Amino acid sequence: MARTKTYEEINEKIKSGKVTVVTAEEIIPMVKEEGPAAVLEKVDVVTTATFGPMCSSGLFLNFGHSDPPIKMSKVWLNDVPAYAGLAAVDAYLGATELSESQGAVYGGAHVIEELVSGKKVRLRAIAGGTDCYPRREIETMVGLEDLNQVYLFNPRNAYQNYAVAVNSTSRTLYTYMGTLLPKFGNATYSSAGELSPLLNDPYYEVIGIGTRILLGGGEGYVAWEGTQHNPAQKRNENGTPVAAAGTLAVIGDLRGMKRDYLRAAVFHNYGVSLYVGIGIPIPLLNEEIVRRVGVSNEELTATVYDYGVPRRSRPALGVVTYAELRSGKININNRSIPTAPLSSLYKARQIATELKERIINGRFLLTAPVAKLPFRDGVKPLREEVK
Amino acid sequence: MAKKRVVLTFPPELTEKPITYHLVKDFDLAINILRAKITPGEEGKLVLELSNGSEEMIKKGLDFLVQQGVGVEAVSKEISFTDEDCIHCGACTAVCQPGALQINPDTGRLRFEKERCIVCELCVPACPLGIIKVLF
Repeated sequence: MARTKTYEEINEKIKSGKVTVVTAEEIIPMVKEEGPAAVLEKVDVVTTATFGPMCSSGLFLNFGHSDPPIKMSKVWLNDVPAYAGLAAVDAYLGATELSESQGAVYGGAHVIEELVSGKKVRLRAIAGGTDCYPRREIETMVGLEDLNQVYLFNPRNAYQNYAVAVNSTSRTLYTYMGTLLPKFGNATYSSAGELSPLLNDPYYEVIGIGTRILLGGGEGYVAWEGTQHNPAQKRNENGTPVAAAGTLAVIGDLRGMKRDYLRAAVFHNYGVSLYVGIGIPIPLLNEEIVRRVGVSNEELTATVYDYGVPRRSRPALGVVTYAELRSGKININNRSIPTAPLSSLYKARQIATELKERIINGRFLLTAPVAKLPFRDGVKPLREEVK
Repeated sequence: MAKKRVVLTFPPELTEKPITYHLVKDFDLAINILRAKITPGEEGKLVLELSNGSEEMIKKGLDFLVQQGVGVEAVSKEISFTDEDCIHCGACTAVCQPGALQINPDTGRLRFEKERCIVCELCVPACPLGIIKVLF
């Protein structure tokens, strides 16, 4: 019978300092040269990571009660509105929300970056006043140490693959995929490729609800399937999707996170986003899992879309490999197009290495998913009904 | 071999005269046009790199331009960013046509080769962190 391992077995090895961990880049030549069976004998955990702009991110905060107390109905942090339609002093600050005083150069992501850097931000809130919450306004400074709870809850992170963007029009386009030069002047892409978490676990076998992860440099968890989770995406023979597919909703305490792995971004003429660093361990439980983490950039593909067509379904112009994207040039319709990444390979490697070290040092134990991510049909469009 | 980058300002009456031609013909200079904005009847701008000659020939060529009524300024602008703030995402490399900004394929870090930069400034808004500045 083929060898298998359990989470318990691997965690015992972590605790006794006997675990072998390598990154998702380091495992590839090992699998190619030695084969899955030999690698399964030797290696217990592979660390994956990504560091890219993830708009669907945000922060839950509980401010504590003032005296007299207030039931905050509108809340601003450094003039960025936070959603306060929750209990009296709870709020949710979205990463892409813009400042009411500074506009498109400062947003929720910047507030998150300031908080994680240890800075205080200006809280302003108003209310209608009730018998139990008489106060109608408040203005004060708050920092990490003042808040009761302050945790990231990101509804959609760590996309399993993503588009390659080009621009067929004759004008420069400013998009969430960066600046796209006219007439196919460049192509941008955003996945960490062979290092990316969900490309290493294409069928969501080990990454599921409850999986402990590194989020923004601190410990976090996979909370749920991410929004627009689309397992039904077309797949290559090796199981990996050819375009955007699965996503994760993740959660983690902002205290314990680091600015190094959470950075506010402004995409020119588009808006604000948050660069989020995520690291996810993959336990090598069987040969099949080893085979999947052994898939390299040469075998991972992404679909090239024309962002010059501002429609829900943009025309697909071709399929390229991550090895081609990394080489600096792709060939589409006999045209050589220079490529550029938007997600940081450098940071992703740092995160994969940090996670590896935490596991080797016994500071990070693995968790089996409490429940699996769903594997069902994908994403519905928004239909407009006329009544 | 001497090399010099200059910004030339052509008054409207000169935009239709062949002038840079003389730099090649009479002063034996190699000219590389880095940026150009010429509209007949309006002031024109040309950013040139002059090479293939001695310091002296470059100076003579530039003196000739001044005599003709062309404004000559050395390129003194340069782009700059603080490495510690950079996340090495590569978004700036998408707009850098001369390839002055590139991600090193081995280290994954952003590499800036100043000699290749033509100070087109497209990287300034393309940087999501807003850390690329133009220095004068």
